[in-house]
Order: sequence, then structure tokens, then C-alpha cells
Amino acid sequence: MSLENSNDRRDPEGSVGHVTPQKLVVEQPLRLACGIVLPTHTLVYETYGTLNQSRSNAVLICHALSSNHHAAGVYEDDSKPGWWDHYIGPGKAIDTNRFFVVGVNNIGSCFGSTGPTSVNPETGDPWGANFPPLRARDWVESQKLLMESLNIDCWAAVIGGSLGGMQAMRWSLEHPDKLLNAVVIASSMKLTAQNIAFNEIARRAIKSDPDFCDGHYLLEDKVPLRGLALARMIGHVTYLSDELMGQKFGRDLRMGDLIQGKTDPVEFQIESYLNYQGDKFSDFFDANSYILITKMLDYFDLAREYNHDPVAAFSHAMCNFLVISFSSDWRFSPSRSQEITDALIAAGKSVSYIAIDSEHGHDAFLLPNQRYQDALGGYLSRVADQLEGVAP
Amino acid sequence: MNHDIGFIKDWIEPQSRVLDLGCGDGSLLISLQEQLDILGYGLEIDADSIRSCVARGVNVIEQDLNKGLKNFADHSFDTVLMTQTLQALRYPHLVLDEILRIGSRCIVTFPNFGNWRTRAYLNFRGRMPVTKQLAYQWFDTPNIHFFTYADFEALCKERNINILHRQFLANGFPDKLLKSPWPNLFTEIAVYHLSR
Repeated sequence: MSLENSNDRRDPEGSVGHVTPQKLVVEQPLRLACGIVLPTHTLVYETYGTLNQSRSNAVLICHALSSNHHAAGVYEDDSKPGWWDHYIGPGKAIDTNRFFVVGVNNIGSCFGSTGPTSVNPETGDPWGANFPPLRARDWVESQKLLMESLNIDCWAAVIGGSLGGMQAMRWSLEHPDKLLNAVVIASSMKLTAQNIAFNEIARRAIKSDPDFCDGHYLLEDKVPLRGLALARMIGHVTYLSDELMGQKFGRDLRMGDLIQGKTDPVEFQIESYLNYQGDKFSDFFDANSYILITKMLDYFDLAREYNHDPVAAFSHAMCNFLVISFSSDWRFSPSRSQEITDALIAAGKSVSYIAIDSEHGHDAFLLPNQRYQDALGGYLSRVADQLEGVAP
Repeated sequence: MNHDIGFIKDWIEPQSRVLDLGCGDGSLLISLQEQLDILGYGLEIDADSIRSCVARGVNVIEQDLNKGLKNFADHSFDTVLMTQTLQALRYPHLVLDEILRIGSRCIVTFPNFGNWRTRAYLNFRGRMPVTKQLAYQWFDTPNIHFFTYADFEALCKERNINILHRQFLANGFPDKLLKSPWPNLFTEIAVYHLSR
């Protein structure tokens, strides 16, 4: 019943095939928004497709809370495709026959780029809970250093869902001349109180695990698996819709029955599914990264430094925008995307807004959907036409 | 609609902001962009039309007119266009108020129910007209209001809407020849340029 497992059954056609992650050690110091300077940092990234001669067809994929650089294709020793394999590949919406696609694991995460599990050069121990607090703009600045090392002057598009969309918007304001298009999917200019509440419940769950050790569990040779699993279970519920959970699981029982006079244990399918998801997640994600990145989400406020006026904020942007929302997404509801669109229109920016009907909640941005594919593919196909001089 | 409304470009300032409510496949916005270098946005709810706007590089916003236009600020556009939509809205008079709030000027087009063909259809057949301009059966039609250009002008007067320009269109014979002396009898499509 796992949603992720459906990936494994999909037609491999249009895959970028075997991919290998690459590692970049950025020697340039990175001054973070909090004031702390990372003298060097490591970025793990993947690329798909070919950079054209004028180096103009590069597309940056920005990941959300828990994903990473492995956006498409498969590793030689692992058949599970990258997290956005439905949309990245030859002939797919983000067409690797036409674009050079860059997926990067951002700092503070836990898939090889510098983060809480890395060693702090000053102490020789893992950063753990002492890793500096991050903002979305720090990810943007670090991505810009990767861009420079790849010798790319301007992204054809910066694309992301959820927190990824926040990065795309931040790119458009911080480096307006460094991207031609921003694709903002299932995102928001800032979190609502309810969003922050769910994030705090998740953080509290992690911190309540005795193995958390105030965030220094690596030094104690422990891992707060239970807390992180619980945090993920809470998050996971908010990524799905009530409707979809009803359809997929309903009140189906995995074991036992509810006939009177029986004392056998009873388990609903949804309980089993959620526990499985939580346990699976806690095996590969880092608890400190989860805390760090959920805080980053909470702190994000696109227009804060523009007098809280999104129109004033977007007036600095120079790129074209595509905004996409999903009807059953209650974590980043269509109203949030509509607000982004309204601000862009008021600021006189080129924008299209597509409101996709989907029952998949926030997770819809990762899943196959014909209209979504058409919108994203149609938009990017025109971008490619323009780069190739076919469209005005 | 096979009526050419290309003349409305004379009513629109170059490089101005234009909002097209119900923009279809974006053709009108594209021609205005090409001729006047306007900054155009279209509202649309039909998936195929939206897809073709996106593919052609037209700014298209998926939004249902019937659910209101409150997200657009007062006078945020120089011109708001609404072609062949007024007769399909639940409350046309309220939408007219809204588009005159959002746009400094508005251009609306609608089928003239006073045309002799619809009159004759109803008079002699005793049935609700099914014509080129109104090509639906009464029970399954998007066109839920029938009105003539005279009705429309009465509404404008009542609601203090200024008529800056009007243009009457007809392609058929003898409509094309006779629309000037007898506009309400021979106009197929009426085009109005409005302000408040």
C-alpha cells in the first residue's frame, strides 16, 4: 500500500538510466543568513542531459524537506528511481533531451552535503544540534556557488515543489538576472500558523525521544529512531488528503476483527501503513536535519524584508513564472498559490497559474498526473523552443 | 465566433495592462501583444484552452469568473476584456460592476438577441432560437440570459456606466448591409467600450 512503492512498478521508459552522484567541495566561504561563515562546504549533486554549447539550457531542481540530489534515474545498486523520476527524463516534462538538469542535496540535509552529521572542523566532532540555523536564502547562495563551479551563468529555469518552490521564488528575488523562469509548485510565500504547529509537534516528537540526547546522539552512538518516525508519521498525514486516505485505507483492518466477545489485537491498515512509513523514514533521515529544515520552513517569509508587501518583493524579479497548485493539498493549499499569482500579476510579472484537480494532497506534486505533466511540459517546451531560437 | 473584433485595438493603449476574462486559447491576447506590446493576462477554466495558452506563451490564470474577482485590486488594469461571456454569467450586472472596478476601461461583446433571425425563430416556430450565435438547445446551454443591445444600454444607463464606443457586427446577408439603419434587427454581435 505504500505510495512510494508505486514508483517501482512504473514503466522505465523515458528514464535517464544509471546515474552517479558527484561531489563538490566549495572552497569559497559561505556567509549564512545567521552571520556564521562556513569556510568550506560539500555539495552532492547529480546532472542529467547535456549542457549546450552556450551553457544556456541548465535547469536547477530544488528539493523539499526530506528529499535530495537523486531526482531522476537509478543507481547501479538500487532499482528505486529518483524522487521526481516521473517528471525528469528524455521526453518527459523536464526533458533531458533538451535541458541539462541539476539536482543538488542542500546543506543542512543528510545525504552527503555538509549538514548536522558532518564533522565540524573546529571541534572534530559531528555538528549535531550545533549546526548553524539555515534560511532558504542560504540554500540559494550555496546553489549559486555550485552554479558558478559548473560555469553556468543563467538558469533556464529554477523548479521546485513545496520548500523547493520557496527556493525558486527566493532565487527570483536574490539573483533576478540569474534565471529566466521560476516554476513554483504547491508552495507558499510563508507558512501558516497551522503549518508551523505541525512542524513543532514533529520537532517535539523527536526531542522527546530519550535517544535524542539534546541533539548529540551521534556522540553517544545513539539514534532517536522512535522520535523521528513519529515526526514523519505526523508529517505524512498532512501530506495526504482525507479523501485519499479514505479511498486507500478506509477502515480496513490489517489484523483482528471488531466482533464483540473477542480480545485479539486489532490493527487498521492505516496504522500499519503509517508505522511502516515512519520506520522507513527514520532509517535514512537525520533527526537534526529534520529539526533544522522544518525550522527553515517556518522562518521563510518571502516578503519580510520588503515591508511584508509581496508585490514590492516580486517587483524585483525579472523572470517568468509558472505557479501550480493541487486541489486537495491542505498543507500548501491552492489559496497560497493564488496569493503568489496575485502578487506576481500586481507586480506586472509574466505568470501562468494552473490549479490541478488531484486527490493526492500535498504529495500530488511528486505523483503522475496528466494535466500537471501537460502544464509543466508545455511551459518548459516553450522555454526550450526559445533557447533553441524556435519560439519568439 | 467568426466575427473580427480586431478593431478593438484602437480602443487599447500600447503597452497597457489588459485582462481578458475567458481568454480561450489566447489568440486575442497574442494579437494584442504583437500589435500593441500590451502586458496581457487571461482568465480561463477550460483545460484545453489553458494548455494551449501555456504552450503559446500567454499568461493564463486558472480562475472561475463566477466565483468572483476579488483578488484583483481596483483599477489594476487599463482594460478588461470580456468577449461572448456576459450572457453566460449568473449575475451579469454584478460582474459588469466588478470589471469596471478592476479596469479603467472595459470592452464587452455579446450576442444580440434582438437580431431578426432569433425574433423570427421564436415568432414563427414558437421555439427558443438555435442560431449560429446561440447554437444550443434551451435545456443545455451556457447562455442563461437573453438580451438585446437596447436592454444592455438600458442597464448601462441605470448603473451609470459610460459607453465610450459601440460597434455592431454582422456577417450574414442581409444583416451586414442593414445593421446600420436598423441595428437591433440586424446586429449579430454587439461590442461595447465602457468606463465608469
